[in-house]
Amino acid sequence: MEKMFKKIFDKKHISRTVSYLIVIVGYIIIQLMMNTVGIKNLFKSLLVPTCCYIVAALSLNLVVGVSGELSLGHSGFMSVGAFAGILVSGLLEPYLAMGWLRLLIAMLVGGVIAGIVGLLISIPVLKLQGDYLAIVTLAFCQIIKSLLNNIYLGVDNNGLHFSFVQNKVVLSNGGRMLLSGPMGATATTRLATFTAGFLLILFALLIIYNLTYSRFGRTIMAARDNRIAAESVGIHIRNTKMLAFVISAILAGMSGALFGLNYSTLQPAKFDFNLSILILVYVVLGGLGNMTGTIFATIILYVLPELLRGLQDYRMLIYSMILILIMLVTNNQSLKEKVEALILKIKTRFLKKGSVAND
Amino acid sequence: MTKLVQYPSGAYVLERDAYSTPVLETYHLGIDFGGLSAVNNFNIIVGPTEISGLIGPNGAGKTTVFNLLTKVYQPSKGTILVNGHDTSKMTTVDVNKAGVARTFQNIRLFEKMSVIDNVKVAMNNSMHYNPLSAIFRTPKYYREEKRIHQKALELLDIFNMSDLANTEAGSLPYGAQRRLEIVRALATKPSLLLLDEPAAGMNPNETKELMATIRNIRDKFNIAIILIEHDMSLVMNICEGIAVLNYGRIIAKGTPKDIQNNPVVIEAYLGKPEKED
Ligand SMILES: Nc1ncnc2c1ncn2[C@@H]1O[C@H](COP(=O)(O)OP(=O)(O)OP(=O)(O)O)[C@@H](O)[C@H]1O
Ligand SMILES: [Mg+2]
Repeated sequence: MEKMFKKIFDKKHISRTVSYLIVIVGYIIIQLMMNTVGIKNLFKSLLVPTCCYIVAALSLNLVVGVSGELSLGHSGFMSVGAFAGILVSGLLEPYLAMGWLRLLIAMLVGGVIAGIVGLLISIPVLKLQGDYLAIVTLAFCQIIKSLLNNIYLGVDNNGLHFSFVQNKVVLSNGGRMLLSGPMGATATTRLATFTAGFLLILFALLIIYNLTYSRFGRTIMAARDNRIAAESVGIHIRNTKMLAFVISAILAGMSGALFGLNYSTLQPAKFDFNLSILILVYVVLGGLGNMTGTIFATIILYVLPELLRGLQDYRMLIYSMILILIMLVTNNQSLKEKVEALILKIKTRFLKKGSVAND
Repeated sequence: MTKLVQYPSGAYVLERDAYSTPVLETYHLGIDFGGLSAVNNFNIIVGPTEISGLIGPNGAGKTTVFNLLTKVYQPSKGTILVNGHDTSKMTTVDVNKAGVARTFQNIRLFEKMSVIDNVKVAMNNSMHYNPLSAIFRTPKYYREEKRIHQKALELLDIFNMSDLANTEAGSLPYGAQRRLEIVRALATKPSLLLLDEPAAGMNPNETKELMATIRNIRDKFNIAIILIEHDMSLVMNICEGIAVLNYGRIIAKGTPKDIQNNPVVIEAYLGKPEKED
């Protein structure tokens, strides 16, 4: 018993304990408020997306913070997960009445498909010694968006109808459009709930922490800290980084599915480059490799600007002031070094692609 | 004293190792860096329990030889055999699996990880559980983690480092960092250990300790060791065979005694006596 207690609160595991605690306590408080005093509709509408962004940011931190690779296309995986989830849920609707089960299946399928896409991307890219992941993920995010912008998919009694051209999809009576090009999904049955979001965050934390405190976490961090040394003790760098990347893609896909099933309409353009950068900002400001910080940064940086909508023009002013404030508050040496390293990394990646540093 | 015997190829091995497969053989090993031939026609044979030295002036190509042996660099020509298996086409990872582990001239620890985690990383390939086991914390995960924790502690204990197990590797004093690099290399269970200037930056006392440690490693783990070193007293004291490198070529091979008295070696280190024309 005492040993267990020690394990939960010792230095190594304290941040893990704190993350679980704040998520659980936060959930309980919000649930209590909803059931007693009630909360504003605006605030209520932010609950599910906040959960989704937290999971997306946590999973991105696994790639950027823990495995030390820069990914600029995380919203692409959310997109894949979202539309895969919407399709699955839409197709199952006539056969499966239970909403939560359909949501669960949709999230699992969204995660798996995003994971497969992540695997396909990482096989060629992580094979290269240079830092090409940032460029390829950026392109991937754009490609997914363009692709979805041109997909028309409908279902009727005769099955699925697919085309890259709008007028080609002709449905018989009772048929439904599942994807309509740039309009995206237009008639999704909303299934997402705050509880599902809460459980997804717990699931993401479980996966990330348990992976980090295992032989895989050790090799992922070793490959990040010193590639040559890691290889010299038999660590296969590509496989190691691929594991982090694919798991991150799976979690992003699941968060995307939950996000997609939270709205009756969803356009592919929602998951653009800006969203990827936004999530990256949550990660960097929350602290590389710091999951608790990521949760806080996401909540503050996503929820506050939304709540400030009433202030109209002053909104972005206040938002930027909050950004600066957070930077000052978190401006300790270690974080500073990390941010500097990241900036340097981005610079060297984009400015001096050709020259690879010599050992 | 140990005696060297000569193979038909011209390579020397210890008499006691003469009838077993050498742990390392290289034939015509060489690499060019854009015209500059950093290592050329490098031939050595190392017996399975030999402590041998690789010496030579700065820039002679010693570290480059280690980088070739561990495939950090791709050889331009030549063959490398480890325990009789050709490793010259392998990756660094596979060379390690074939039994070669090393330390680095400029220390390369996983600085932000704890001392024991540095060792556990190196034991990773002897661990058997998959990512799902890790994520869902199956009994196998706990069993394997416990086993490896014990093993890592035991190994650290041999080097009097078990009380530092939870210290961050990067915050260790210099000497301890060098020691940890050796421990980490040994954790991969090599049959050949390559030490690149293990005594660099050490005071005479630490160097003395290191000598005992290196002998201990050989006797305890029954492996071969090649060390690059500028500290001649250390080299002459513990190495059984020595190869001298200059401008990427081996200019002399033999026992410490042969090397000490070899005029070619003395010339390489001190420069040619000036001729008066
Ligand atoms: N990656 C590289 N590219 C170009 N030249 C290199 C490279 N690595 C080593 N060299 C050159 O090869 C030669 C041998 O270098 P090496 O580091 O092997 O010397 P060394 O014998 O280990 O010297 P020291 O005793 O100073 O460590 C040097 O001239 C060095 O500049
Ligand atoms: Mg050197």
